[in-house]
Amino acid sequence: MTDYLILRVTAKFLIPIILLMGLYVQFHGELGPGGGFQAGVIFSAGLILYALVFGLDRLSDAVPIVALKVLSSVGVLLFAGTGMISVIVGGEFLDYNLLAEDPVAGQHLGIFLVELGVGITVASTMLLIFTLFAAQNDHV
Amino acid sequence: MTMSDVVLEHYNYWVVIVLMMIGMYTVISRGHLLKKVIGLNIFQTSVFIMYISIGYVEGGTVPIVEGGAASDVVYANPLPHVLILTAIVVGVSTTALALALIIRIREAYGTLEEYDIQKLDQDAESE
Amino acid sequence: MPPLKAATDPGWVSTLMIELIANNVLLLFLAIVAVAVVRVRQLLVSVMLFGIYSLLSAAIFVVMLAADVAFTEAAVGAGIATVLMLAALARLPGEKEEARARGQFWPLVLVVATGALLIYGTIDMPGFGKADNVAHRGVAMQYVERAPKETGIPNMVTSILASYRGLDTLGEVLVIFTAGLGVLLVLGGVHTKIASPLRPDAVGIRDGERRG
Repeated sequence: MTDYLILRVTAKFLIPIILLMGLYVQFHGELGPGGGFQAGVIFSAGLILYALVFGLDRLSDAVPIVALKVLSSVGVLLFAGTGMISVIVGGEFLDYNLLAEDPVAGQHLGIFLVELGVGITVASTMLLIFTLFAAQNDHV
Repeated sequence: MTMSDVVLEHYNYWVVIVLMMIGMYTVISRGHLLKKVIGLNIFQTSVFIMYISIGYVEGGTVPIVEGGAASDVVYANPLPHVLILTAIVVGVSTTALALALIIRIREAYGTLEEYDIQKLDQDAESE
Repeated sequence: MPPLKAATDPGWVSTLMIELIANNVLLLFLAIVAVAVVRVRQLLVSVMLFGIYSLLSAAIFVVMLAADVAFTEAAVGAGIATVLMLAALARLPGEKEEARARGQFWPLVLVVATGALLIYGTIDMPGFGKADNVAHRGVAMQYVERAPKETGIPNMVTSILASYRGLDTLGEVLVIFTAGLGVLLVLGGVHTKIASPLRPDAVGIRDGERRG
């Protein structure tokens, strides 16, 4: 699809905006609509658009499969780790009240970390699945 | 309560049921595995709409507090939203797994028609 | 020419009325598109129509005050799910659904009977949009009242998702992770040489990263 000039120019213009939108939805999700799940899918949709227009090998150069594999587990670990920290400081699993001096601040911190974990896992898993689907072996 | 009230109040649920039955019909009657997955997805979406319909409150607003705490604002029920939000993303991942299995089945059997696959299996057993 | 009544009297077409009309029309579209998705025999057309179906349902979620859900459905349903199905189709060259007359009658009978039973079941359900719905009492009410105060986060969906139902969400994230793992096991690792169907001249992803 690399021959289509209009597609390439439009995609080059759109992709940074989509990625920025993904980050905005991730970190602004507490105040407006948004959160980890939405941000993850928007972010991966931007990168999938990149792969569709410029070729999968260029995406794989930027984000190798190994990185996707690692990141998808990092997100889950960040989520579960946040839960474990609250156990270590003497609370129950995923009880964010004890993460800071003030319960409200603790909740804020906990929700931020958990949503970040969700976002990382969703984005990298979606991208991993797409990469595996689009990568095709020769003999088929 | 007049008949039109009953229809208007239950219209959403009925469309949901129609969609659900379209999905179920696809899964039962179509032999092609990809079509079955699409049918399952339609079924799934109908359940999403069912939940969100229950969460809707007439004259309400999106469950996000604006500015200070305004107690007179009616919010839509946020609980179904939370359940469905996660279900959508989980749904696409399980769909992806189903599609991956479809690709492997096609590589192994050369067809995606359920009837043909069963026949190939029976032939292999009888040999 | 006398001015239209709606222009002079704002009460004639209230926001509620518009919401209801938009909702009902969109749902009708949704049902039509769903029938089209099922009836079409070409798989590519079916998949593209399913993308439209997802986008329509995202619009319905907006009308029904579920902004977060609409966000997700638009990105997932119309974006990623459609792309994944197209990528899967690209790996199934020449795949076409066969038109078979076999077994169309009994499924229809079963589906119509089940649908009729379900519709009978909805008669007792609380009306759409009624504030006295049982679902709005109990724990949902507690969330609406306490979530913004206890967590200091205006978006209730986020605070319920990440805090009150954190364990549930952890489970969902694990399901997504496991699905990714499953796709990796089913599709990855077996083939040594790969090239992109989206760009036939591509050399392929680095071979060193795949065992085989």
